[in-house]
Amino acid sequence: MENRSFVMNLLANDNAARWFLSTLFMLGIVVPFCNLMVPQDSIFHVSSYTVTLLGKYLSYALLAIALDLVWGYCGILSLGHAAFFALGGYAMGMYLMRQIGDRGVYGNPDLPDFMVFLNWDTLPWYWQGFDMFWFAMLMALLVPAALAYVFGWLAFRSRVTGVYLSIITQALTFALLLAFFRNEMGFGGNNGLTDFKEILGFSLQSDTTRAGLFVFTVIFLALGYLVSRYVVSSKMGRVVVAIRDAEDRTRFVGYKVESFKLWIWVFSAMLAGIAGALYTPQVGIINPGEFSPLNSIELVVWVAVGGRGTLIGAVIGAVVVNFAKTFFTAAAPEVWLFFLGGLFIFVTIFMPNGIMGLVKGFSEKRAARLARQSPSEVRS
Amino acid sequence: MKNFITLMLVAIFSWLAVLPMTASANNVQFPTLLEGLKQKNFSKKAVVIDQLEITGDARVLKVFQHMIKGKLYYEKSELVRFVFVEKNESGFAITNVLNDEPLGSVGKREVKKVKVNNKLRGKLRLAIAKLSLNHPDVNLRRDAVRLMFKNIDAAAVQLLTARLTVEAKDKVRDTIEVGIALFDLESIDKQVKLKSIEILGDSLEPAARAALLPLVAKDDTNDYLLQDRDVLTAAIKAVARIDAKLKYNNWAETIYFGLSLGSVLLLAAIGLAITFGVMGVINMAHGELIMIGAYTTYVVQLLMPDHIEYSLLVAIPSAFLMAGLIGIAIERGVIRFLYGRPLETLLATFGISLILQQLVRTVFSPLNRSVETPQWMSGAFEINSALALTYSRFYIIIFSLLVFAALLMILKKTSLGLHVRAVSQNRAMARAMGIRSGWVDAMTFGLGSGIAGIAGVALSQLTNVGPNMGQAYIIDSFMVVVFGGVGNLWGTLVAAMSLGVINKVLEPWAGAVLAKIIVLIFIILFIQKKPRGLFPQRGRAAEH
Repeated sequence: MENRSFVMNLLANDNAARWFLSTLFMLGIVVPFCNLMVPQDSIFHVSSYTVTLLGKYLSYALLAIALDLVWGYCGILSLGHAAFFALGGYAMGMYLMRQIGDRGVYGNPDLPDFMVFLNWDTLPWYWQGFDMFWFAMLMALLVPAALAYVFGWLAFRSRVTGVYLSIITQALTFALLLAFFRNEMGFGGNNGLTDFKEILGFSLQSDTTRAGLFVFTVIFLALGYLVSRYVVSSKMGRVVVAIRDAEDRTRFVGYKVESFKLWIWVFSAMLAGIAGALYTPQVGIINPGEFSPLNSIELVVWVAVGGRGTLIGAVIGAVVVNFAKTFFTAAAPEVWLFFLGGLFIFVTIFMPNGIMGLVKGFSEKRAARLARQSPSEVRS
Repeated sequence: MKNFITLMLVAIFSWLAVLPMTASANNVQFPTLLEGLKQKNFSKKAVVIDQLEITGDARVLKVFQHMIKGKLYYEKSELVRFVFVEKNESGFAITNVLNDEPLGSVGKREVKKVKVNNKLRGKLRLAIAKLSLNHPDVNLRRDAVRLMFKNIDAAAVQLLTARLTVEAKDKVRDTIEVGIALFDLESIDKQVKLKSIEILGDSLEPAARAALLPLVAKDDTNDYLLQDRDVLTAAIKAVARIDAKLKYNNWAETIYFGLSLGSVLLLAAIGLAITFGVMGVINMAHGELIMIGAYTTYVVQLLMPDHIEYSLLVAIPSAFLMAGLIGIAIERGVIRFLYGRPLETLLATFGISLILQQLVRTVFSPLNRSVETPQWMSGAFEINSALALTYSRFYIIIFSLLVFAALLMILKKTSLGLHVRAVSQNRAMARAMGIRSGWVDAMTFGLGSGIAGIAGVALSQLTNVGPNMGQAYIIDSFMVVVFGGVGNLWGTLVAAMSLGVINKVLEPWAGAVLAKIIVLIFIILFIQKKPRGLFPQRGRAAEH
């Protein structure tokens, strides 16, 4: 009851948020229903492929929210956020690898196939415990958080800002990319982790599990949105926005800028980790390619297209751009990079506030028109 | 008149009569002797080989070399010419032995091999060694001596000793002495043996060390197998001496590799040092401008396939212009609208980089293109037997330093450089003084981009030219600029060279990938400690 009223308070006077949450709610019910209950030949049937695709988009959307928190609200342009996403994905991947058990090609009950292939005879220490779901999920949160904490603590304390920070975040994800490509790291090298069989005893190939994963993604996206919404509208969130707009002034007023930045940075990394953990079982593979700097920078363009500094914008941007990507890579693969590149340029020059900026501009104009009209109505 | 014609005819006939005689003095012998090789009997062939050897004809060496490899044939057709063959897809490509004239391709059945047996091979090997020992080219002489190291016997030593008495070049003499020492090492005479160990210990020839190692071998209980203490101590000392020198050489080589990697980094980063360092523009498309330069080299070579030697001379200015013009277009078309918004510039230029990549993929192909290396860039400068410095790396080092110096001159000594520095220090004031800041921006960006294009020409000689090649350098370039201190060209030079050397020093024990990771982490930590790089800008310009 308490909780409910809290959510209601949070969403009071926010039509967009209510629209967004109801859409998510509808999606969470309608999509699995149309996939599982509606017969295949009906036009309302949603194929399992589409369910997985939508699930992928929505986990990207959660990642976009995570980036928007640090970029849109705190002004830290991270070009390495996909690293946290990938780490979360790897944590989930490790759990799924352990679930394969002796059903791998080599039939080894303890070791994943790639370790048998490398002639390893024992499980490395950092793989211990990943056969337990709760532990793996805890790691999906804690590993990105720990990395973000160490990195952020070092960077913010020495006041590395602006493009310098962007470039070293890119170097970070590049270093991780190179590291995960190494077979000796024990994360499957080039091929990554794949050939998953089941999650918590449910087969990953079955439609029901896929629909279930989709519902979970919807729930986590909604929760992630609500918590982020709460964070940015709290007092802390307002300090964070102040840091974005005038870091020095905020510091002079007496706020400990580093702590606020670190807090939002670590929180964002954890959200990204959750998004990664949701992504892996739906896509069925996690490999070092997720660490590539291009992924992180693509993520930035999602948020830019949707409109930074608005959480809903991040979600819309992620879905729209990824939909375009799916469309172009199938229809005209060579056009996709032209389109993406053009999008980068167009959005930065002509649409600095993204789609949400356009919507806002439109609704403000309408409000102004109504305001002009209403006095005349009163007079007449 | 009649007399004159008669005279002419007489002159021509007499000349024609004399011609074959003068030319054949040592020429007629060679083809006739060659005929002897058609005999089946191996001992008769051996006699012919001896005779051929003493003719002193320059073509003999090549005949022997091909014969020992089984590449000497003669035609079955009525011409029965002797030919060298090179196998190809359709059959044999044949070349006339007498005048090196290519005769096209023939089927396997149309030619017959001149067969050799083991005895003949030994004879040929010795003959080849002897002939090449007297070759006018110093390096060929030395290679001939080295070839003899593998199976050195009394006959070979005799040859070597004979050559030693007339040899003038020190480096050939040293190699010959090593060869003789290798033979003396097996001697029963202890003094001779000790002497030879002494000589071998001074040599860096891999064969010398390999010959000494068995002497210092140990058994299972870690005792030396060799009983003779004098020989043993001499051998241990000699091996230690070689190893110390090799270690020194290894270091020199590592530093050389490091400097050449550093020069590559310098070339890649120096254009960025202008656009990022001086103008404050984050150009993520910098790597793609390098790629444009490399592709320009490729196109230039396509346009002048017969003059590969000079193609680089044409490619350098064309790459500079090409990349420079694209850079100016980028600046005027996109970046101009985004000054003062560094993060937006970063995103927009990243978009440009994607478009350029895809453009190259569409126009050329997604596959790598190969760019030819001119003859004068291949090969190596041999300092000693264990250390050879490749010319291509040497030229890259020199080239990058030249580019660096030229850029420094432009910034310090020309009016454009003056304007660039003025605008970067205080834009409003520079404008007030009548400097067209927009024009200066475009020129500066064009300059930085053009240098990226030149870097592409250099890189095309070292790595594959492909649509993704720019991506590989962009992070490294930024690291170099940031590490060196933004806005400081000397800092960029020091940073590039030191990162190159650090990378190569780490590589042997960490592996290439791990070395790179370590360097990246090192820079990340370094930036935390000194956010403005090795040589930070001081004063007002550093404020923002």
